[in-house]
Amino acid sequence: METMRLNDVTANDLPWKIKYDASRCTMCGSCVATCTFRAIVPKVERRRMVFSEGNFPEPKARFSAVPVIRQAKSIRDYCRGCGMCEKVCPNDAIKPERNPDTRHPIITRCLGGDSIKRGGRKNLEGSSRTLDSIRVGRISQMTDPSLDAQRHTFDLLAPFGRILPPKKLPFKPDEAHQLVSNAATPPVNWIYPVIIGDMSIGALSWRMWEGVAMAVAYLNEECGLPVRMCSGEGGVPVRLLKSKYLKYLILQIASGHFGWNRIANAMPHMVEDPAGILIKIGQGAKPGDGGLLQAGKVAEHIQAIRGVPKADLLSPPNHQGLYSIEESVQKMFLSFNSAFKFRVPVAIKVAASATSVSVFNNLVRDPYNIVGGFFLDGIDGGTGAAHEVSLDHTGHPIVSKLRDCYLAAVTQGRQGQIPLWAAGGLGKTGDLAADAFKMMCLGANGVFTGKLILQMAGCIGNDMGRCNACNTGLCPAGITTQEPQLAHRLDPEKVAQNIVNYYLAMDQEFKKLMAPIGNSSLPVGRSDALVATDHAVADRLQIQHVC
Amino acid sequence: MCRIGAIKSRNYIHPSMALQLMQSQQKGHDNSGFAMVMQNLGGIFEPYKHLPTLSMACTDDGIKIAEDILHEIGFHRVMQWAPEVNDEPGLDINAMPNYVFETFDYPRTYRKADQKEKEELLLDTRLRLRAALEPNEEGFAYSFWPDVITLKEIGDPRDIGTYFNLWDADERFTAKVITAQCRQNTNYDIVRYAAHPFHLQGYTALANGENTFYLKNKEFQQGLHRGYIGFESDSQCFLYTLHYVHRELGWPLHYYKHVVTPLPFEDIEQREDDKQLKAIRQSLAHLEINGPNTIIGLLPDNTMFTCCDAKKLRPVVVGRDEDTVAVSSEVCGINEILPDRDWETDIYPNEREVVVINDDLEVQRWKQ
Repeated sequence: METMRLNDVTANDLPWKIKYDASRCTMCGSCVATCTFRAIVPKVERRRMVFSEGNFPEPKARFSAVPVIRQAKSIRDYCRGCGMCEKVCPNDAIKPERNPDTRHPIITRCLGGDSIKRGGRKNLEGSSRTLDSIRVGRISQMTDPSLDAQRHTFDLLAPFGRILPPKKLPFKPDEAHQLVSNAATPPVNWIYPVIIGDMSIGALSWRMWEGVAMAVAYLNEECGLPVRMCSGEGGVPVRLLKSKYLKYLILQIASGHFGWNRIANAMPHMVEDPAGILIKIGQGAKPGDGGLLQAGKVAEHIQAIRGVPKADLLSPPNHQGLYSIEESVQKMFLSFNSAFKFRVPVAIKVAASATSVSVFNNLVRDPYNIVGGFFLDGIDGGTGAAHEVSLDHTGHPIVSKLRDCYLAAVTQGRQGQIPLWAAGGLGKTGDLAADAFKMMCLGANGVFTGKLILQMAGCIGNDMGRCNACNTGLCPAGITTQEPQLAHRLDPEKVAQNIVNYYLAMDQEFKKLMAPIGNSSLPVGRSDALVATDHAVADRLQIQHVC
Repeated sequence: MCRIGAIKSRNYIHPSMALQLMQSQQKGHDNSGFAMVMQNLGGIFEPYKHLPTLSMACTDDGIKIAEDILHEIGFHRVMQWAPEVNDEPGLDINAMPNYVFETFDYPRTYRKADQKEKEELLLDTRLRLRAALEPNEEGFAYSFWPDVITLKEIGDPRDIGTYFNLWDADERFTAKVITAQCRQNTNYDIVRYAAHPFHLQGYTALANGENTFYLKNKEFQQGLHRGYIGFESDSQCFLYTLHYVHRELGWPLHYYKHVVTPLPFEDIEQREDDKQLKAIRQSLAHLEINGPNTIIGLLPDNTMFTCCDAKKLRPVVVGRDEDTVAVSSEVCGINEILPDRDWETDIYPNEREVVVINDDLEVQRWKQ
């Protein structure tokens, strides 16, 4: 018999416990084969059975070796609660159960001597969300009739690009009373108000990335929805860079500049301009922290696309060489503007922060009018990998920060000049249309979403600590992994189909929200259409309180 | 609900015609007030067309406050007219003690000033008067502009007409353009300033409907120009946008329609001027209106126009005879004042056009 020591790891120390019913198990082995975390292992148990064979009780004991499934007791190979075992078990013999007595946060640090890393979202707070205390409360009645959501023509488009103050438009009337333009204006693309957020091709499996790209192409070419996706910082396959589908892609550059060697080399061969450039300064889920791609996920094709060896890839927390907002404007924006000959809008993405309004003010007042979008990412966003302490304890919620930035623009009469795009936990409950709509009423021109896209594809992670193992490269859904056998679990066509269908449903839902307030175009800044059931929320956001 | 009306004529007409235009539509409005702006003045004001006239309703103290300010700036009065009021018992009118229509000559220092400088002085003066009169509701300074008179009051339009003796036509108090409306803005507080038509630097606007983009419009406009104040009514936004597009940006009138009701993107793509239209939609997105509205507007050169929201949720009709064009929410108003016209030539504007009446009374339909 094994000797147990007090500090040995047991199942009771881990966040999930495997509930296994040996009497239902047929020993098919599916669960063990499917568990990417090696959190369950086949084992042989010694069993004692007492039986009696005659007419009178004559108890005898028999010992046998029985094959069973057991939970691994390791802080490396532990159950993440993904439930794949339950999914594949034909007999309902096995499933993970949340362990409320887990000592995982303590023993992992004690045994590992390293900070805990994981993927997913902030897990500390419960389900109370600001947006859920807000309703679309200004319903058109009588003199201002509601629209017909099915038959009315709606304009569901949002600007990406720098919008000039009216007095700076280079227009003069000619003799025929027509305005003629006598100078160039910054490029602006009108796109669908929900951008597929920046998830790199290293963080995602190539099959997931392909599925997303397919969905975007289909939405544009077949459904007439000009949806754009952002590449994330991690490069783009050269074939895509040289294809006509590049026009649906927003290229991201972050502090690691990963993949930009290939992008720069591909520029002369591009047949279309990209939809935009997004300079990522920070990310809402782990503000102040750079990207993190652990060596396990740096497969050969990732090395090739990014031009790096197999090693942990850590983007610095800031852009080396950028010391001020002015400098970022001059250096990065001007270099990208000139690289694409002023045809491609360049925007910036920052983590929501106590200082966001100052940053926004600086950008919106910049006399060159070249910042083409302010992407503001809040704390509730997801990430492929980060230190848990950053995920759980740093960051700033998006709703009030977005509102603050919009109201700062209102104060200066500059609303809309730098389009505001918001993200960070939007669609967390599954209803992205409602969240996006409310954010627009509060001042956003559009929103971007990442984690929800993964969930459309089949990600089973949630905010209650389920799975959240994107950092390990062992994604049981084949979404955030570079292991070929795991990636092949994912059917890119099914991914594309789910995303397309979600967008079509969301498009309907937008119309069902626009119709009652009588809006034909997106309700940017229509905070009068919102009411809040929470007094503090109403006060903070300057909307009507109702009860 | 509001009912709006406007009359533009080759001849000088009396406000009684405007009262008749509006009276027949009384079932459509709520008889809670009467407001009108007269432009291109005749009668006793005709000799003073180039000099600004102050239209004000106020208390005795209000007169003193206003005259002190005007004196201090250097304006000196050249003409004064107060309507003879008919204060019989039982009239439904919430009257102010004094109604002042005074014409002033410019301060000496402005004798050689250019037109623009004078116009800015007039606006600044009116804003100053308004601010000074506001604290104790000593008065309401509606307009201070050459060749323009504004009268507004709370009460039943019929009784207001009786009170000011406006039912009996005479030749002393006339104009070639009169715009009128018969409702206080009861969506919000009852405030005299909230009744349209509104006037700003030669531009006049009145509207029928509800501006659902009021907050967006207001938040954007309040930073655009010092004259864009008040916002007691959501219809003021239409005037400020007109002033901004036509005067501040210097764009031709038809771009006003592109600002307030921009074409859908798919239509813009088909146009040769798509670049301009898209830029307008971008830069002036917060001046868009979403209806339901019909707007009647007047430019400083007395060009009159009407247009409506993109959903055409509020009707308007334009009718005419040889000497007069009338625009009205309901055709019964026009039938009242132009009974012998050829009604087959009446125009019911659609949601994508602007109907423009120039000073030669030529009626044009501009397609957006």
